[in-house]
Amino acid sequence: MPPHTSAGRESITVDHLSPDLTRALYRHMRTARDLDTEAIALQRQGVFPAYVSVRGQEAAQVASASAMDPARDFVFPTYREMAAALAYGVEMVGYMATHRALWHGGLYDVAASRFGAVNAVVGGPVPHAVGWAVGERLRGDDGVALAYFGDGASSEGDVHEAMNFAGVFGAPVVFFCQNNQWALSVPNERQVAGGSVSARAAGYGFPGVLVDGNDAGAVYEATAEAVARARRGEGPTLVEALTYRVEPHSTSDDPGRYRDEAEVRRWRERDPLTLLRAALLAAGHADEAHLAEVDARARREAERVRDGVATAPEPDGSELFTHVFRENTKELARQRRTWQEEVEL
Amino acid sequence: MTELIERAAAADTPAVELSMQQAINRALRVLLAEDPDVLVFGEDVGALGGVFRVTDGLQEEFGDKRVFDTPLAESAIMGMAVGLAMNGWRPVPELQFDGFAYPAIDQIVNQVARMNYRTRGAAPMPITLRLPSFGGIQAPEHHGESLEALFAHTPGLKVVAPSDPGDAYSLMLQAVRSDDPVVYMEPKARYWDRRPVRLREPSDPIGTSRIVRPGRHATLVAWGAMVQRCVQVAELAAEDGVDLEVLDLRWLKPLDAEGLAASVSRTRRAVVVHEAPLTAGLGAEVAALVTEHCFRDLSAPVQRVTGFDVPYPAGPLEPQYLPTIDRVLLAVQRTLEY
Repeated sequence: MPPHTSAGRESITVDHLSPDLTRALYRHMRTARDLDTEAIALQRQGVFPAYVSVRGQEAAQVASASAMDPARDFVFPTYREMAAALAYGVEMVGYMATHRALWHGGLYDVAASRFGAVNAVVGGPVPHAVGWAVGERLRGDDGVALAYFGDGASSEGDVHEAMNFAGVFGAPVVFFCQNNQWALSVPNERQVAGGSVSARAAGYGFPGVLVDGNDAGAVYEATAEAVARARRGEGPTLVEALTYRVEPHSTSDDPGRYRDEAEVRRWRERDPLTLLRAALLAAGHADEAHLAEVDARARREAERVRDGVATAPEPDGSELFTHVFRENTKELARQRRTWQEEVEL
Repeated sequence: MTELIERAAAADTPAVELSMQQAINRALRVLLAEDPDVLVFGEDVGALGGVFRVTDGLQEEFGDKRVFDTPLAESAIMGMAVGLAMNGWRPVPELQFDGFAYPAIDQIVNQVARMNYRTRGAAPMPITLRLPSFGGIQAPEHHGESLEALFAHTPGLKVVAPSDPGDAYSLMLQAVRSDDPVVYMEPKARYWDRRPVRLREPSDPIGTSRIVRPGRHATLVAWGAMVQRCVQVAELAAEDGVDLEVLDLRWLKPLDAEGLAASVSRTRRAVVVHEAPLTAGLGAEVAALVTEHCFRDLSAPVQRVTGFDVPYPAGPLEPQYLPTIDRVLLAVQRTLEY
């Protein structure tokens, strides 16, 4: 694939992967697609104040998250990693709660999920992944951290600082850039000097890999290799998955002001789910009957999560004060009483 | 609390002569020895022992896995602390100078301070940020700043500034053992001040002020290096028969409103002294608390003696920027004559 162009291959292959794995990738991607559709509908209905679609990025997210081990690794997301969360096994009603604005970081258990809190400062969590990974090595454990970030975040100082730290410490971390080619309204050519995020890894002394982000099999292989390297103690890898944000940046966005609809149409035709479905059938990993059944299950799961998040109770006002400190202060206790007397009523 | 007091009694040592820099070093030794999860890291804290030698010998004693140098990037140092905390460690990062905390503000304010809140308690941040702070050593620009109002204004952070070696030792133990993030502001101007100190386990809860010098006619409220300046003022005033109380707030968040109110209710007058610029400084918070708690007892409005609303100036001008003994004495005179 020529780097950073929209001309991808028209088909992918998963012949080299196990049928169990490729079927699981398809199931998660299908579920994420349906849940994404439900989420956009919830926003239209006024249940979500806003939503950020992952449509078109399911292969990049599901295949990378599936290369991680939720029993010993740790994933650090930003705010557009719904499909990764789903594939990694995060409790999805709790995850989607962030989009209903029930709690900024979501309502899932970050520690038990080993999946960091939703975070809108897009470069911010990347050094967290490095710190976590350094901590893993200090203890002699073999967990690997993966940090998601985008082409926009690749401009953030924290991302560069984190990569330099990771290189210096030889930290077991995978920097996973989903290059969806648009940082809100700004395209790659006005975001990424030199034209390549993955090429920057060379400057930090570790491998950088560019992969077709709409090819689930290729993403899985590249990430699995990066994870294996890190686990062997060979340090970090930067994986850049080239994909495309086919939906607006968020439900509040108006992409007609900045990009050509023909470009979007071309990428919609390279849909990662369609590509994987065809590859599964071609590889003989699944037949139409099986896929129809998976589609139906995905539909039901997406509806379950939709109903769960739509009906989840709003947090009690007292929770304003609950988690500010582990050891509360007298002043905050006083302010909580003020809240009780003057707000709660 | 009983357990705290017993531990304090057991661990008390005879008085030894120590500088604050050495006392903090002793505290870090205790912490590294007692808790295998404590990590000390930052720029030049390893072989060099820190530019102020606060971490002197720690790497030698505890190894380069527990005490290590990082590359030069303050934001990544604090971001790394977040990740280490999420992996069960108890990080004690150093940012070399107060002015270099600004590049790390995003990590401190958006991440460290909020992670426990954002995750509803799933990712506590038992991080103690050691920050050599304040002026008084006529350092280059960005090597002398007062960031306490910024940190105290940030929900989720606790902020402490010791004023003498003994207190620096106890407060460091308390800060690092706390499961909340603490910004520990070390007054550079006091680092080399040696005095006989008893190294004590912390006995007061977090957020407790202390009366350094009891007095009757007015309360001088200060923290960090300004405490010693206020003691000097009190000694001078005593020669004129004016008996000043000096209250060391120590904790700037949580701030000891009760201790402050108790002192000022007794003396009926308060002068708050800080190095930071006047406008929106913590002196305003102190004045507001005094007004709320002691309005009927007050004989005069609260006086503020602070740095001016200008950047910390270069060497020869710094002594004119920082609150001088004369300015504090004048404020005392104003409050007594009101």
